[in-house]
Amino acid sequence: MTALQATCLIAVAAIGTLVVLTRDPLRQAAVAGIFGLALSALFLSVQAPDVALSQIAIGAIVVPVLVLLAMAKIREHDQ
Amino acid sequence: MSRQVRCGLALVALAALGATLVVAVGGLEPFGHYPGPYGDVLAKVVPGERHEGQLVAATVLDYRGFDTLGEELILFTAACGCVALLRLRRRERGSDLPAHERPLPSFAARAVGGALVGPVLVLAAYVVIHGHLTPGGGFSGGVIGAGALVLAYAAGQRVRLRRVGSIAMLETAEAIGAGGFAALALGGLLAVGATMQNFLPLGTSGMLLSAGTIPVGNLAIGIEVAGAVALIVAEFLEQALLEERPEADHSSQDAGLDAPRR
Repeated sequence: MTALQATCLIAVAAIGTLVVLTRDPLRQAAVAGIFGLALSALFLSVQAPDVALSQIAIGAIVVPVLVLLAMAKIREHDQ
Repeated sequence: MSRQVRCGLALVALAALGATLVVAVGGLEPFGHYPGPYGDVLAKVVPGERHEGQLVAATVLDYRGFDTLGEELILFTAACGCVALLRLRRRERGSDLPAHERPLPSFAARAVGGALVGPVLVLAAYVVIHGHLTPGGGFSGGVIGAGALVLAYAAGQRVRLRRVGSIAMLETAEAIGAGGFAALALGGLLAVGATMQNFLPLGTSGMLLSAGTIPVGNLAIGIEVAGAVALIVAEFLEQALLEERPEADHSSQDAGLDAPRR
């Protein structure tokens, strides 16, 4: 395991913990997006660029956006 | 169930899971030494059989193409379900929507978002079209393309989502993509006797037009994924947009909308 891979693994573990510890859903969506980016860096560091690209698309675009949209929906429903 | 019992149960379950994990990780090969044969077999076979250097694309769109067909249809079905739910809710609620203007995004958001929409679309097309040559392919490219729509929305919510036109267009894209990929699978079955088997000329390895059915499959998946994700986002956003349009505006919008939707 190279130093880069070790760094990426630790970053994923640390940011993953941060996602769990963030209690406000709005912030959690943003932190989850950063977690997705860290995960894609890990995939890139183990030479899986295809998976890394899909991970960026899903982890950093789709998941946070869908969470935000769903939250807007819930807020609108509450009103 | 009381809190104490629940905590006790959770602790027991976590301990069991942790112990199993430790045992399982202990039995793994050392880091980076995967012993499975398939990677080596494919690395030998793919360049000759598919005129293709991108093993991942060849694996996903040929050697395990049938799985990909299933995944493709999962996304298609998920998008349909999402859209059906959101529309049902909108119809139940009727048109008594509160009308108020949404504040315009900041100048920075409008400028950066607006400037990025075009390049992001080009990037999406590049990732899809070069899926058989470089990392990427239909799925990532499609999601990036749908991301352009989100950017346009963030850049100033007056995205002209002309409800009839844009939604019908996204639906058509999703359907054409899914249908195209299914047709590719069927074409292999009819022409050479196996689903997803290549039936197009293979060309020269490394050229844009090469590797037979793989770039076609990437294109179909790209169109389908972009359509599906954009459709889900648009259904969400449209409701948000609807509520934020002035009264006169959205009543006319609704009138124009309902007819083609049934």
